[in-house]
Amino acid sequence: MGYVFQFGVVWDHRWDLLNGAWLTLRLSVGAFLIGLWLAGLLAYARQGASTPIRKVAAAYIEFFRNTPLLVQLFVLYFSLPMLGFRFSADQAALVGLSLNFGAYGAEILRGGILSVASGQIEAAQALGLSRWRIFRHVVLIPALSVCYPALASQFVLMMLGSSVVSAISATDLTAITNTLQSTTFRSFEFYFVATGLYLVMSLMARLVLMLAYRWLFPPALRGRAA
Amino acid sequence: MSRDFGWHELLFVLGGLRWTLVLSAVALTVGSVGGFAVALARVSRSAPLRTLAIGYIGLLQGTPELMQLFLVFYGLAVLTGVQIAPWPAVILAFTLYASAFLGEIWRAAIQAVPATQWEAAFALGLRRPVIMLRIVLPQAIRLAIPPTVGFLVQLIKGTSIASIIGFVELTRAGQLMVNVTFQPMLIFPLVALMYFAICWPISLLSLRLERRLDVGRRAIEGAAQPT
Repeated sequence: MGYVFQFGVVWDHRWDLLNGAWLTLRLSVGAFLIGLWLAGLLAYARQGASTPIRKVAAAYIEFFRNTPLLVQLFVLYFSLPMLGFRFSADQAALVGLSLNFGAYGAEILRGGILSVASGQIEAAQALGLSRWRIFRHVVLIPALSVCYPALASQFVLMMLGSSVVSAISATDLTAITNTLQSTTFRSFEFYFVATGLYLVMSLMARLVLMLAYRWLFPPALRGRAA
Repeated sequence: MSRDFGWHELLFVLGGLRWTLVLSAVALTVGSVGGFAVALARVSRSAPLRTLAIGYIGLLQGTPELMQLFLVFYGLAVLTGVQIAPWPAVILAFTLYASAFLGEIWRAAIQAVPATQWEAAFALGLRRPVIMLRIVLPQAIRLAIPPTVGFLVQLIKGTSIASIIGFVELTRAGQLMVNVTFQPMLIFPLVALMYFAICWPISLLSLRLERRLDVGRRAIEGAAQPT
């Protein structure tokens, strides 16, 4: 093969790439926080007493888990403006990732909630705690410790999956890489380095999340998996 | 000036749907062969082989599918010196991706078979390949079916990104029809519904298999309890 690799041009654009990586990171963390909050609501709704609300929450979760993120983003970014909801590309990316993560997070939380022994809940009811307080203190926090590892994996999956937001022209690492490779004609070199950046980011995220687990949930506070 | 979304346009989108299914089926079939090899390498007694499999899985699970697709697409162009059509790149990329995920799923299934099964078989004087083939794998397959079916959903949804390099599957077909009819409000939700119509039944199947298996496993564990 007569191809000569040139990585110098990638080095010249290192700050652009790092800027893209920074947006990818911010998008992922933002979507994680909003999505987790949404997941809590959805999981609460799925356990709730009202049948229509349970059904709506279940339908939401099933819909978002069984359609591609890319198509969800297209609906948000191209279809909704027809109804008057207009987002910038980066906003649509954040909203799409959050809505998507909410559905996956809700299923993970539900598994954790089911692991809380019913005796604990009955004890809290006997103490006269309100429904919401029971959910928050007796169910949610011990359940979180049980599903933390799954949530952490889901976060890494979302961070990697977030590369598709480039398709709606958000300015994440993938989109920046696309722009740079098309102006420099060094496609392989740029994608190679960007892939390496994603790999480093996912390894770092795993490490940080594991350390945070030890710090947030010391062994005494951990719920037990059912 | 734009066309309306009529029969021809709907047929075009359905034609894209066909390629989504073909791509998923090919990636699943060829990826299964690769995944089986990866799983065996992952539980092999040879340390270099294990390390290689761990590295392969880690690399493919630690980077975005879209980047893998770009790398294969542009990598093949670099190797061959000419810009190739999207389809060989798409098939190769999704096959590699499927082989890594299936390899990891099946590795877990093989290791979930209790070690006592190995020990008992060794005690009977059976050799390693025979034990793997006749004793461990038949039990592992039962454990592996629900997550494998679950992965199929992930794979089908994942093929939507092939649209980004111009492979005309369901998502790309929808995009093209949006471009000519300018009706994103109708077409993108329709595309989403088509994915849902395929993926949801598979998800339900995976869940049902998992529950049925769980009952079976509990029965086994119950039987093994010391009395």
